[in-house]
Amino acid sequence: MTGRRASLMVTCLGDLFFPEVGVSIVRLLRRLGVAVDVPADQTCCGLPLFNSGYHADAAAVARRTVELFSDSEHVVVPSGSCAWMVKHEYPGLLADTTLARAAVALAARTYELSQFLVRVLGVTEFTSAVPGRVTYHDSCHLLRGLHESESPRTLLGSLKGAQLVPLPGADECCGFGGSFAVRLPEVSSQILAKKLANVEATGADCLVACDAGCLMQMGGGLTRARSRVRALHLAELLDGGR
Amino acid sequence: MSDAELATPFRRRADGAMKDAFLQEALTIATTKFIGLRRDAFASFPEGEALRDQARAIKEATLQHLDQHLETLIGNVERLGGHVHYAESPAEARSIIVDIAKRTGARMAVKSKSMATEEIHLNEALEAAGVTPVETDLGEYIIQLAHERPSHIIAPAIHKTKGQVAELFTRELKRPAEPDPEALTRIARGELREKFLQADLGITGANFAVADSGTVVLVTNEGNGRMVTSLPRVHVAVMGVEKVVPSFTDLMVFLAILAKSATGQKLSVYTSMVQGPRRAGELEGPDEFHLVLLDGGRIAQIDGPLREALSCLRCGACLNVCPVYRQIGGHAYGYTYPGPIGILLTAMLEGAPAVRDLAHASSLCGACADACPVRIDIPRMLIELRREVDDRKIAPWSERVAFKLLAGLLRRPGLYRLAARAGRIAQKPFTRGGRIGRLPLVFGEWTRTRDLPPVAPCTFQERWAADRDLRA
Repeated sequence: MTGRRASLMVTCLGDLFFPEVGVSIVRLLRRLGVAVDVPADQTCCGLPLFNSGYHADAAAVARRTVELFSDSEHVVVPSGSCAWMVKHEYPGLLADTTLARAAVALAARTYELSQFLVRVLGVTEFTSAVPGRVTYHDSCHLLRGLHESESPRTLLGSLKGAQLVPLPGADECCGFGGSFAVRLPEVSSQILAKKLANVEATGADCLVACDAGCLMQMGGGLTRARSRVRALHLAELLDGGR
Repeated sequence: MSDAELATPFRRRADGAMKDAFLQEALTIATTKFIGLRRDAFASFPEGEALRDQARAIKEATLQHLDQHLETLIGNVERLGGHVHYAESPAEARSIIVDIAKRTGARMAVKSKSMATEEIHLNEALEAAGVTPVETDLGEYIIQLAHERPSHIIAPAIHKTKGQVAELFTRELKRPAEPDPEALTRIARGELREKFLQADLGITGANFAVADSGTVVLVTNEGNGRMVTSLPRVHVAVMGVEKVVPSFTDLMVFLAILAKSATGQKLSVYTSMVQGPRRAGELEGPDEFHLVLLDGGRIAQIDGPLREALSCLRCGACLNVCPVYRQIGGHAYGYTYPGPIGILLTAMLEGAPAVRDLAHASSLCGACADACPVRIDIPRMLIELRREVDDRKIAPWSERVAFKLLAGLLRRPGLYRLAARAGRIAQKPFTRGGRIGRLPLVFGEWTRTRDLPPVAPCTFQERWAADRDLRA
């Protein structure tokens, strides 16, 4: 496993609101023999701009991200949506620029965390940092954008000290949707309420997702309801050691 | 929806729909049922995935030469003794049909379910011309009695519970009705039987029109379509120009996936194929057959940003799986076509300003694109619509300024770091026990129902820079 290098794209939400997720990823990868670096001056992948239709601005942000990660061997991203942005939208946004080829190359070596662990490193056995029952929510961009439903479940299913229980409607949106959550807060909140009712019904101690946006939405709903269920990023569970 | 109702902002219409307990009950039951039926239908049909690709390819190829296929269709319908009319706008379509009604002395028109006639607001035009339109699809019959419009593309009365329908029948038909679907259907059948026999005009839409044989294809479940096309002396079929398919071979591909996507059926109960008026020696069928081809904004999109939406089969699968539609139902959207595909079709038919707010009525979760039998990338086109709304300055200026500021911040890491520090100071009065429970301004839209995590005391990048152990 030695000799591998990976750059962490921490993402704006990860940087500002969930720094412990980034710390977990660094520790986790390092234990697996991966040399981790964090290119300085990261901001955001530009997805919020892109999804709201500000494509010239999104392209400008994409351009600096491509340059920041130009020397990376692998790029690991804790959020499926940001990974999807880099992999699916950067090549199109920068198609007619001098960075066109660099964007395609970056897309090819960018991975959401669970994909990197399972599909690149081939590691699936971890010990859970949080014991008990865990359930998994498929974030939309990871599931339907990157067509990934297995890797996170493989990791959680073989997690020592934790028991994975299925979440009814796991593939249904949590209602986050970026600016959607504040443009139509009533609709967003009702979608969330139904999601959380399903979560509570599993009896899980911990709700896991691989996207900071979903975790902000579902975690915010859970603490508001004073639920005993904690919303955690996959990396925080895997950080229990091997 | 009336102009007055549309004057209510979309967000308020949506909120109102979520406060309607009957609507919520009806929507949850119906969409959950449809989702399961569709999933099961495709689970036992492994060739479905390849047929979906094939169907899309046929639509794309047909659009490439739409003019030729329409010419072939027109030639064949006329050869069979039918008349073909071309309407550029809903107003033209209405006047063509009203003229036919007047010329043939029609007093009553029976209709089978048709979104195209909803789109052109035909019923109002017929009434104004002294022709009584009677909807004969059960769902359409219900909403006509209730003076409403369809709230779903294939299940127009999806917003009503059986209890509400029983009350409606009791009130409008002046006879006691029990909230039992079979009993209610029996009542409607009894009422409608007479109308079929009285009507002079039969009006239908068309799920497909097969160019090389001049055949109009109707996919229905209740048998009313057959009555409408065979009993009255005049039959008028109204279809969007994009509904033409080249041949019966192509048609079979669509029939194999349409009902499965819509209702989970292998095939709908009736697939009616109509070729022109009654011919010599035939026992049934109309004296006259008219086909009205409707543009209404479609032709302009053949090389426009909404081209993909011209492949839509009107199956409604994207509505059933849409988390937004499932909360608010169809009426809150405000236009003929609801749900994710409805936003695209509204933009096509009414123009981008009509969807300024609707373009954002999606979390972009992608469930619609997954469910679409012809794999229309609806989220992608919603993003394109948002882009058009921004570029043409249709979006509110406050929003455009906010996003420009955000863009400036994300391009300049120094400013980004400064904003994080400013956020930490600004959030102090609102933070309790490591959570933000209440914020002013637009942020309050989040915190009314959800806590917000505060900006961390030390962001990841700050920690990375400061913590040698983390870097090592």
